[in-house]
Amino acid sequence: MPMLDTPYGRLDLDPAALMLGELVVTDEGAELEVVALDPLRFELAPEEAEDWGE
Amino acid sequence: MSPLPSAAADAMVAAAAGAIAPGTAVAPERSPVARQVVATAVAVVYDRLREEERLLFDAFERLGVPFIPVYAPTLALELGAGQLPGVVLERCVSQWRGLSLAHAYEAAGSTVINRPDVIRTCGDKLATSAALVRHGVPTPRTSLAVDAEAALVEADRLGYPVVMKPLVGSWGRLVARAESRAALEALIEYKEVLGGPEHKVHYLQEYVEKPGRDIRAFVVGDEVICAIYRSSEHWITNTARGGKASDCPLTDELVERCLGAARAVGGGILAIDLVESSRGLLVVEVNHTMEFRNSITTTGVDIPGRIAAYAARQSELRA
Repeated sequence: MPMLDTPYGRLDLDPAALMLGELVVTDEGAELEVVALDPLRFELAPEEAEDWGE
Repeated sequence: MSPLPSAAADAMVAAAAGAIAPGTAVAPERSPVARQVVATAVAVVYDRLREEERLLFDAFERLGVPFIPVYAPTLALELGAGQLPGVVLERCVSQWRGLSLAHAYEAAGSTVINRPDVIRTCGDKLATSAALVRHGVPTPRTSLAVDAEAALVEADRLGYPVVMKPLVGSWGRLVARAESRAALEALIEYKEVLGGPEHKVHYLQEYVEKPGRDIRAFVVGDEVICAIYRSSEHWITNTARGGKASDCPLTDELVERCLGAARAVGGGILAIDLVESSRGLLVVEVNHTMEFRNSITTTGVDIPGRIAAYAARQSELRA
């Protein structure tokens, strides 16, 4: 499994299996969201917002 | 996962479905393959890939229903322009994002599940309560006050404890039970300090003693497909807050209440929350983008499969 380095820690995952909007957690505990696939780009997952829900 | 015929078609369909960079124009007449596939596929519009969305994708694949996962944060849609999907299953965690996109897709002629008016009603607790009352669906006594002092007077009339809820919110967030006038005063003061016009509107509801649990029922179209009890020692029993799920039998009363509530808000795919009371089952909330990961094993019902089949039926109805 490839290791990806991010500013928030390392990720141990298969980039080909990722989907947009997916949440992943780095070895430092940061929750990242996949915001682009080509090129692969992560951002810190947003905190829960007031209008979030079901 | 590749629900579409080829990589080239994938690219065209994704573009035509709106999964494009903001500002990028897409002319459907340049893409006949996309036009055909998009018209028959179900677009699942989402912003955060929860377990529910994965389960839905699996269900579409299992049932052989063409579908397009559409990541909402990258969308830009010109109203009424472009080739859009025949059926859109709106699954955004952000209510405003979901509602906005539902409007845009509906403007283009897509069948949106759930419709924007349903999202608007379910996303606003006051609008939901108003719809339930208007349609004669039993619900806890609910009051509205647009002034702090008026809210206190109204709460005195309803009696304590009284429940105060935000107009918008889910998973039990900011829902508070005030045991006394003093407690409610503090809550109102805190709420008004938060600022924003919505915090000047006070939604008050009678507190209903419940037997350590409430009920969540799942409605797909005109059918109640299953229900769970959500048990907790806390008075807020949401599974998102640690409530334990167990199967709940579908009684005639439960089915009648749920279908009544679904009709009241406009129908679609909905989760109805109810409490058992001395006055029978009371409908508390109706949720339009329901979570169901904890209810599949509990009920033995293939909830994502039922949702996917319903969306596929809507697609067939358009053909």
